[in-house]
Formats: sequence, C-alpha cells, structure tokens
Amino acid sequence: MTMLADLVIAPTVLAMHAPVLLVIAPLLVGAATVLAPSGRFAWYMAVATSAFCLWMGISLAMEVSQNGVVSYHMGGWAPPRGIEFRIDALNSLAVVIISFMGLMSAIYAQPAVEREIRIEKRPMFYTAYQTCLAGLLGIVLTGDAFNLFVFLEISSIATYVLVALGAGRDRRALTASFNYLILGTIGATFFVIGVGFLYAATGTLNMADMARIMEADSLHHSRVVQAGFGFIVVGLGLKAAMFPLHQWLPPAYAHAPSFVTVFLSSTATKAAFYALARFMFSVFDPTFSFLEPVFLYVLAPLAAIAMLACSFQAVFQTDVRRILAYSSVAQVGYMLLGLATGTAAGLTAGMFHMANHALMKGALFMAVGAAALNASVWKVSHFNGAAARAPLTFTGLAVAGFSLMGVPLTAGFLSKWKLLEATLAEGWWWAAVVIGISSFLALFYVGRIMQAAFFAKAEEGAPEIKEAPFVVLLPLWLLAGLNIVFGLNPSLPLGMAEAGARAVLGVDLNISGGAQ
Amino acid sequence: MEEQFVPSVLIANIALMSMLGVITIAIIRMTSLFGIVMLSGVYSLVSAAWFQAMDAVDVSFTEAAVGAGISTALYLGAMLLTVRKAKPTKGILKRWAPLLVVIGTGSALLYASVDLPAFGSLDSPVNTGVGMQYMEVSPKEVGTPNVVTAVLASYRGFDTFGETVVVFIAGVAVILLIGFGERALAASNWRGREDDDAQGDDSHLILRVVSKLLIPLIVLYAFYVHFHGEYSPGGGFQAGVIFAVAIMLYSLIFGLKAAMTAFPPVWARVGAAMGVAIYGLVGVICMLNGGRFLDYDYIFGPPSGEAHGHHNWPQITGIIGVEVGVVVAVACVMITAFYAFAGRTPEIRDEDW
Repeated sequence: MTMLADLVIAPTVLAMHAPVLLVIAPLLVGAATVLAPSGRFAWYMAVATSAFCLWMGISLAMEVSQNGVVSYHMGGWAPPRGIEFRIDALNSLAVVIISFMGLMSAIYAQPAVEREIRIEKRPMFYTAYQTCLAGLLGIVLTGDAFNLFVFLEISSIATYVLVALGAGRDRRALTASFNYLILGTIGATFFVIGVGFLYAATGTLNMADMARIMEADSLHHSRVVQAGFGFIVVGLGLKAAMFPLHQWLPPAYAHAPSFVTVFLSSTATKAAFYALARFMFSVFDPTFSFLEPVFLYVLAPLAAIAMLACSFQAVFQTDVRRILAYSSVAQVGYMLLGLATGTAAGLTAGMFHMANHALMKGALFMAVGAAALNASVWKVSHFNGAAARAPLTFTGLAVAGFSLMGVPLTAGFLSKWKLLEATLAEGWWWAAVVIGISSFLALFYVGRIMQAAFFAKAEEGAPEIKEAPFVVLLPLWLLAGLNIVFGLNPSLPLGMAEAGARAVLGVDLNISGGAQ
Repeated sequence: MEEQFVPSVLIANIALMSMLGVITIAIIRMTSLFGIVMLSGVYSLVSAAWFQAMDAVDVSFTEAAVGAGISTALYLGAMLLTVRKAKPTKGILKRWAPLLVVIGTGSALLYASVDLPAFGSLDSPVNTGVGMQYMEVSPKEVGTPNVVTAVLASYRGFDTFGETVVVFIAGVAVILLIGFGERALAASNWRGREDDDAQGDDSHLILRVVSKLLIPLIVLYAFYVHFHGEYSPGGGFQAGVIFAVAIMLYSLIFGLKAAMTAFPPVWARVGAAMGVAIYGLVGVICMLNGGRFLDYDYIFGPPSGEAHGHHNWPQITGIIGVEVGVVVAVACVMITAFYAFAGRTPEIRDEDW
C-alpha cells in the first residue's frame, strides 16, 4: 500500500507546481506535437501528456484532501493583483475526472484517428486535442474569472476544429461545427459580459475576492450583479448544454470523429458544468434573495424539461450517436436539478452524477465508435446481431448502458438515488416523478440499442462489425468496470463530491450567517 | 480631475458611439460582402478612435492594428474564395427567435445600467480596487513606465500566455481545415528566379519600387512597436500583426511564390508553435530557478534582495522575453492564415482588389 502511495505522490518539485503543470504540460507538448514526424508518434506524445496530467491531478487531489485549499500564484503575484489557481475539494474532483477521461480517450484514440483523419493532419490533430485538454483543465483549476474566460476560449476553439475534422468521414461535421462555433461564441460573449458586470460592481476579477466583496457590501441588491449572474449562467449554460441552449450538441456529437465525441462528451460539458456550479455556489451564494426564485422557478423547471423532452427525443432517433447525444442533454438536466435545489445534498448529487455520467457516456461512445472502426455503421438497425461478432465491445456497451438506465448495482443508480434524496428533502415530489419517467424513457432508448445488438438477427449485406483492438477495449472496459465498482462501493467519487459541497457551502453559509 | 469631462470630450464620445450604431445598422442591411468587410474595417477604426478618446491608447492601437488592419485583409482573402453577395435575408419578423434573444439581451443590459457607477467616476469599485493598486505599486514592483504593459505581461502575464495559445490554436485550426492549399504547397517548393514572374513588371513598376522601400521600414516599425512596448503603447500582438502585414504586402505585389520563397510556409507553421514555446519556456525558466510560473524576479536566479536601481532588469527581461514569444506566434499565425486563403485562390486578379 505504501508503495502505491509512493508511486502516486509526485516528487516535491513537481507537486509544488502541479496546478500549473496540469496546464502548461499539455500546452507545450501540444505545441511540440506540431513537429511530430508521424501520427503514431504524435499519439505517443498525447498519451504521455494525458498520463502525466492524470498523475499530477491525482497528486493534487490528495494534497487538497489532506491540507485543504491549494493556491498557486501565477508570476508570484498574490491575488487580487495576480492570477491565482485555487483548488479546493470541488475542483479537485473535476480535475481528476477530466484528466482521467482525457487519458482514457487518448488511449482509445489511435485506431479511430487512423481511420478517420487524413495522414498529414494527424500530428496537428493531436496538438488540438492536447490544447483542448489544457483549456478544460485550466477552466476547472483557475480561481480568476477572466482567466476562466481565456481557458474557455482555448478549449472552445480547439473543440470547434476537432469537431469539424469529422468532415473527412461525414461532411455534415462542417455545419455542425459552424453552428457550434456561432453558439459557443455567443455563450463566451455572454460570459465575458457577465464577468465585466461583476468587475464593475466589485473591482476585482478573483473569484474568491468577488464572493467576499459581494457578501461584505451586500451587493446582491445591485442590478449590475443580478444581470451579471444572468449573463454568466446563460453563457456557461450554453457551453454545458443546458436546456434550451443545447441545440449545438446533438449534431456536433453525431458528426465529430469518434474519438472527439468520446472526449468531449466526458469532459467538455463537465468542465462547463463545474464552472456553473462554482459560480452559483461559490462566487454567488444560493441564499442571495434574488437567487431563490431563479433556482426554483427557472433552473429547476428547465432541468425537468430537459430530463423529459430530451429523453423523449432520444427515443425517436435512428442515429445511435444522436440517441446518446440527446441522452447527454437529459443527463445535464439531472445534474442541474441537483444544483437547482441550492443545498449541499443537491450539489453533491449533481457532482456525483457528473462523475458517473463521464464514465458511462465515455464508455458508450467508445463502444459505438469501436463498432464503426471496420464498417460504416451509425443506425440502430446496423447494430443488428453485432454482439455475436464483437462480444467484448458490446458487453462493455451493455454494462455502461445499464448504468445509464439506472439499474441497481451500477453507479448510475446511486447518483440518481442521491438526486432523489436531495429533491425529496426539499419537498419536490414532482422531481421524483420526473426522475422516474426520464429513467423509464432511458430504458427504451438504451434498450433499443441493446436489443438490436444482442437479440436481433443481422440483415443480409449489413456492414460487417468486428471486435475492436486491445487499445480500444482497454479503456472501454476500464470505464465499464468502474461503473460497477462505484455501483458497489461509491465511497471514492461520492466522498469527493460531498467534500466538494462541504468546501463550497460550509464556508459561505457561515459568512452569510454573519452578514444577515 | 473634473476637467476630464469637458463637454467636447463627452460630445466626441457620443458622436463616435452613434457612428458605431449607424455602421452596425448599415452592415446588417447590406448584402454586398465586399461592402460589409469594408464597413467592419471602418467600425474597428471608429472604435479605435473612441478608445483613444477614452485614453485607452493600448486598446486603441490593438483595435486599429488587428480590427481595422489585418482582420480586414484576412476577410478579403476569405471573400475571394466565396461569392460576393449574401443571399437576401428573410424579413425581420420571420426571424423572431433571434429577435427575442436580442431584445432580451438589450433589456438585461439596460436593466443593469441603472446601477452602474457613473462614467469615469473616481470612487467606482474599478477605480478604487485592483485598478488603483496597479497604478500605485507597479512602478516599484515591475518598473515599466507603461502600466498597461506591466499588467498585461507581468501581473496578468498568464492570461496573455493563454491569449497567445488562442492565437496559436486558431492558426492550427486554419491549417487543419483549409491547409496551405495544394497549390500553395506546390508553390512553396518552387525555387525559381525572378524572371518567372517578370510579366507583371510593367504594370506594377511604381508599386514595386515604393513597396521595396516601404517593406523594410514596416518591419523596422514592427520591431520598434515590440521593443518600445514597455514605454509606449504597443507590444507583441501589434508588432506581430505589423510584421505579418509586411509579408502580405510583399506577397500582393511580388506574388505568392516570391513571398513563399522569402518566408516559407513551413517557417510559419513551426514559428507559431515556437512562439508558444518561447513564452512557456520563459515561465519554466522562472520555475527552475525556484519561482512560480512566469515569476520574472527569478529569471536570472533567486532574487538577491537588493533594491534595484532605475531599471528592474529581471522583470524587464521577462517581459521582453514573453513578448518575443507573442510576436513570433502572432506574426506566424497571421501569415499562415494569409497563405492558406491566398493558396486556395487560383490567382489574385487586379479587379479583385
């Protein structure tokens, strides 16, 4: 056990700089990847950086759990004058999720990229991937509102180009990417307008400092702060695919290269969701008088509509990746419902579901992409009888699918259960009904894919699906396995989510208690 | 301080803002893409004038160089690849959803404006908070006469690193999506002599002579803007753009082949990555010497603790160093984008410009 701990804990020099290394390692190696002689070499570089990030991420999370908040001052300037990376229990969960999913998708990438991306583009493709990873990690690490915007831009631009590169296989990727670019840019603009308002009201860009000044001067009566909240929630909501701002997501996920869909579905919306939670609970305070009606009458209904409407849409899709994409929007609804309660239990449930959703959606998109490695399959009917030909791939898909439905003994079941508890504690009986109906719909849309793969007969002349290679099966089965492991013993992700909620709400509630 | 708000300045502000409004409406109503590109250049130029009137000289310079200058040129390059006229848009009432969004956004902005501090007010949070701290302590801590440079390259140098990466990834996006164009790649291997495109000599003689004089001066000016950035408005971003403009001008007059011989596309591709690497490595050197990322006080080793004299050399060296990274990245990405568009165009005819 001590040997394992020795392996995980980074040497002091690295650990001291872990927050910034998480960002600059993928950025600098990503820039160097431009010069990589071949796609294969670039892949090695991408996997190595992702593994390094996971190592740094875990070591950082362990330090946070032992010593509390870690603060890293860029350029040695103390905040608010300088930019700070500030990691508490809430971000450390997000950092671990994103770097872990980054490594899993990077390992998965190689066969899919070789099939879908033209040979001369591969090194730069991996540059874009590493830059995107750095941007997402920056979003979850930073404690500075404007710096968050910079990383939002880095990750977004990288995302647009990654999605557009699906054009080699499917020309619709170009329009999907263009729509995403327009909407994403509007979202980023809204976010920066909101940050501008908060800066005008508080005179600082540091998020902790903003929270302190708003609390101390009771700025929640200021219209500037209220409008700032609105702009920030809309801006980040667009990035997180919050209903009804999710229109960009289904086409982008359906037409992007398989690897990109795996990576984005398990990291990009998660980073934006974390930022949303950070602003709602840490920069702003759910007990602000203007926020209570917003949570109850705007966010909670939108979350519920997402859970119902998008699950319903998923049932009627024919394209497998669109089914999963609509399901993703519905799952963002689950997470948002947790936030809308404004309580520690709700935040815990939201973050826990975020972690689980990354695991299950990552595995599902991996399996779907693996099936498309040898044949052009995208419709549910193409999967007929595929489980017999590729049993390992499709068993992995089934395990993750059960977790998405919320079958007991899977991680998905536990996070839905936590959400149910959190909403019932608020007396929201209707939320229980919504969770029930939405899970029932999930049974249909996931069930359709499984039914085709396991029980239907393959049609004559249908595309030939083969078992995926080892590099694809390894991350797929790791993720699927974690869905079971965390379903039996959720103490790791649930404990981290609880610690995150405590770190954010425990402190803030004390301050507001003093001010009122 | 009251005299700052003499009516003439106020009138200038209002006049410039209303000009922006008029230009915006004109852009929305136009269908000629060429006109739209020109007007958006005008929009940036008016904004630059407006920023100048508000004493934001650095922002104004950037807006003029990037907004009015290079982005107009890049738009024109992109326009050559497509049609010249936008399709007629649907009536405003048929597009009710965007209209609602715009009305909602506008109302939210108006709603907030009531509680915003008065324009230029001295006791606003912005002027009493961090902003005032920068003014007070930066001469001592950083020591560059231009406070904007101190904030941009030192206090918030990490943001600027991020912005450099944004420029870099935009260049990567252009290469991945448009490529240098097959034609441009073929041209970049071309190592011919001047006589190959001698047929243009007669028509562009004056242009050639004038630009041969101008281009070295433009490059020199780029370096001036870069190295003088700590004393006066300017810095890496503007300098990079100006440098790229010199190459673009050369390419327009002497042809793409000649430009690609002088500055091969491979340099641009590698240079963009180099720029990010230079910026990052300045930060890493500070880390290796025991400081935090981009803590320039550690750039020559741990600070000695002696009071520095007139010049705070570690900070100035760090700032110049990262600005070199910015200049290289920005110039190379802009040239890359230009090559990508120009390489796709069969040939740029006179009537196109």
